[in-house]
Amino acid sequence: MFWKTQIPVAIVFVVGMLTLVQWFIPHRPFDQLQVHMTQWFDIIAVFAVILGGLNLLKLQFSKIINRKKDWQYAIVTLVGFAVMFSYGFFRIGVPGEIVMGDHLQAENSHFRWMFFNIFTPLSATMFALLAFFVASASYRAFRIRNTEATLLLVAGMILMLGRVPLGALLTKNLPSFMQLQNIQEWIYLWPNVAGARAIMIGIGLGMVATSLRFILGIEKSFLGGDE
Amino acid sequence: MSKDVWTIVSIVIVAALSALSVAAISWGIDNHEIGFGFWIGSLLTMGIMSYLYADNPFYKFTEHLFVGVSASYWIATYYWTQIDTNLLGRLFPEKTSFLGMTIDFSRHGHEQNLWYLIPLVLGLFMLARLIPSIGWISRWSLSFVVGLYAGLRSYGYLQSNVMQQAKETFRPIIIPGDFWAGFNHLVLVVGVVSALLYFFFSKEHKGMFGTISRVGIFFLMVSFGAAFGFAVMGRISLLIGRFDFLIRASTAENGYPSIVVTVLMVAILSILAMKNKGKGEDEDELFEP
Repeated sequence: MFWKTQIPVAIVFVVGMLTLVQWFIPHRPFDQLQVHMTQWFDIIAVFAVILGGLNLLKLQFSKIINRKKDWQYAIVTLVGFAVMFSYGFFRIGVPGEIVMGDHLQAENSHFRWMFFNIFTPLSATMFALLAFFVASASYRAFRIRNTEATLLLVAGMILMLGRVPLGALLTKNLPSFMQLQNIQEWIYLWPNVAGARAIMIGIGLGMVATSLRFILGIEKSFLGGDE
Repeated sequence: MSKDVWTIVSIVIVAALSALSVAAISWGIDNHEIGFGFWIGSLLTMGIMSYLYADNPFYKFTEHLFVGVSASYWIATYYWTQIDTNLLGRLFPEKTSFLGMTIDFSRHGHEQNLWYLIPLVLGLFMLARLIPSIGWISRWSLSFVVGLYAGLRSYGYLQSNVMQQAKETFRPIIIPGDFWAGFNHLVLVVGVVSALLYFFFSKEHKGMFGTISRVGIFFLMVSFGAAFGFAVMGRISLLIGRFDFLIRASTAENGYPSIVVTVLMVAILSILAMKNKGKGEDEDELFEP
């Protein structure tokens, strides 16, 4: 109980208070805290990414070993992981004079080739695919036909049309205030900012309240179910 | 085949396929003239696009490949930019020897800072999650991350999201000689206040309060519409990028990769669909091998 619950809550309190204090005492040693602790945060986050990778390997191997549905595709995941890993960590396809680490961006490294010819087509196409699903979602939103949905779609349409040459072409003969590119700019700068700002203020207040709950040990959900 | 034997066999299969793939890809990359990148890019692009028809083996292949490749890509990128540079570079800033190996992180130009043993230990604690009996120790690392984020962000968000935004909202609404500037400021004030009132749930949204909060909903909808518009535009530009690639990959000098891949894919999917026609009610079963 002490090691599993009270120590973690104490760590949150001490670290949270230390980082809060440095905002109000911007002198040594507190001013150095933010610089180094942010670095520590990034380093621990990398270990979390590594944990994710190892967990992926564990799950995929378990899928193959237990021959679950579509287990053959788990081999594809593992081979893809191993190939990219080899180019990332071993000196394979790294030009002679390049130091390991710099090979990520080096002109002729195989890691960079993998990024541009395998990772980019996969990620770009995966996200491009969403364009079709967004189109179908907007069609469904159109069918709801209430004021709010109409407002959302009209604002979206004006913004999209106003930012491409077609929009300017369609309304080029109308008075300036009725031209799509001007209407979209007004919507973007004023009503859109008003709504977005209210959301930002709401998020800000929520963030402060939640952070204080964590620091003061009121909120302990991050410990998981069996606290 | 027993489970233990199958485990060893599967590890051997994965290792052999990985070695073979590395060799094949390296050969393809080193022989620029065959247009290897165009063939691979076309296959992967069309593989994912094929999902528009139905879930099928080509999509499943590319989807699983994406998961594996991207996990490794991010691990490598973060390792070299954070662990190697900021952690090991600070722990071992000079060339040293350890267990017969030469360790040299001096190129990063940091001074030694042994305080960085703390993130190293916390990071290793994070990995303990993989071992159930000591997995609880990862809570310490998580607590550090939660505490740090809460401390940094509570004040940061208060400054940027609350104070700064409120300050920028309340501008003069009557500006002599510039009616429209004042009107725009009024729109901003009304929008922010009414939308904030919509988020106030301690009072029932009825009467005047309900009317104002409804105005707030309209402003929020315009914001969501703008976000929706930008999302669509972003996706469409990615789609244009992929079509542009497929067009570039359809030239004779590379052997028409995108055309060949598309024709082959359509042919194979058609054969599979015809073979499995009427077998199952589920669309997914259409392409079961």
